[in-house]
Amino acid sequence: MATGHLTPSEYIGHHLSFNQKVIGDTGFWVLHMDTLITSALLGIVVFGLLWWVVRGATSGVPTKRQAFVELLVEFVDNQVKSIFHGNRHAFIAPLALTVFVWVLVMNAMDFLPIDIMAIVYGWLGLHEWRSVPTSDINATFALALAVWLLMIFFSIKVKGLGGWIHELFCSPFGTNPLVWPANFAFNLIEYISKPLSHSLRLFGNMYAGEIIFLLLGMWAATGLAGTFFGALLGAGWAIFHILIVCLQAFIFMMLTVVYLSMAHESH
Amino acid sequence: MNINLTLIAQAISFAILIWFTTKFVWPYLLNAIETRQKTIADGLAAAERGKQELEVATQRSAEVVNDAKQKATSIITQAEKRASEIVEEAKANAKAEGDRIITGAKAEIDQEVNRAKEGLRQQVSALAVAGAEKILRKEIDAKAHADLLTSIANEL
Repeated sequence: MATGHLTPSEYIGHHLSFNQKVIGDTGFWVLHMDTLITSALLGIVVFGLLWWVVRGATSGVPTKRQAFVELLVEFVDNQVKSIFHGNRHAFIAPLALTVFVWVLVMNAMDFLPIDIMAIVYGWLGLHEWRSVPTSDINATFALALAVWLLMIFFSIKVKGLGGWIHELFCSPFGTNPLVWPANFAFNLIEYISKPLSHSLRLFGNMYAGEIIFLLLGMWAATGLAGTFFGALLGAGWAIFHILIVCLQAFIFMMLTVVYLSMAHESH
Repeated sequence: MNINLTLIAQAISFAILIWFTTKFVWPYLLNAIETRQKTIADGLAAAERGKQELEVATQRSAEVVNDAKQKATSIITQAEKRASEIVEEAKANAKAEGDRIITGAKAEIDQEVNRAKEGLRQQVSALAVAGAEKILRKEIDAKAHADLLTSIANEL
């Protein structure tokens, strides 16, 4: 076992370090290759699969493959329909599908047993490689920030630049100049808290899930009893994790739709 | 836990995926689903229409059958009435004819009776005269008693 000559903190540190590629001299100019490549590969595979199924979509009796994809799409579409009132098919619903499916598969990487995957990555010559893109704050924050920018874009597109600025200063308390600072402070907090809660919720859940798997793996290294109970609890946590993976993907999608539909409504 | 360039790279791949889904995944499937929904809705509407038409047709056929029944009944009634009329007429005719025949027969019988009476009368008178001649012979003169004989014959 690889952990034989490692201290626990070294073990955890090893599994939680990114495959980094330094581009510039300051701390910002670094790319996490594992996050980027894993998520891009997952995106290509899953959306390629969707595209392949959808390209041969028939309006007659659907195949089982198509029926499954339709189930997924109608599930997302129903959620969007209940929140967003407008032409959702132009952008919001496909966006929700993208977010849901992508986050779901990125989360699902957590099901792969972390130490076995480390061996597999070792064969590929990758000694520091994290499987779960959504347990990288950069990945979740990138999604949340993209949604945040879309939120501002749609706010300005729907209400106009003047309307958006008017809303920044005149809601929720009213149009009186005396409450302008309070309104603006409120909206500022809202605009800051939205992407933070959006991204940190997903990141926190996935990161914590990974840590628990690591702790159980560490326990398994202590002896026979540890292996037995570690495996048992690991199985339990993995089963519970199925719920978390799906739920967090769903929540991320719902929040995306809610934020964007709020941007479409004027107060 | 440090924010770095990964953020921007990840956001770019997110944008590409959004573009891909919006452009190549969603519209095709939506198109297929909506076409199917329309087909199903059309089928249901057609079924509904067919049902209504069937109902109307059933109603109309019932009306037609009813009409036909009424007509048949009235025709039968008329025919019965006409038949009884014809029977009555025939009866009346037959009765009149019978009466006529009876009257004619009676008249003929009367005539025959009269003729027979006449003949008989003449024969009886001749017979009486012959009888009387045979009985009385000479004592009676036919010519002298002719008046008497005639009156006897008349009384017969």
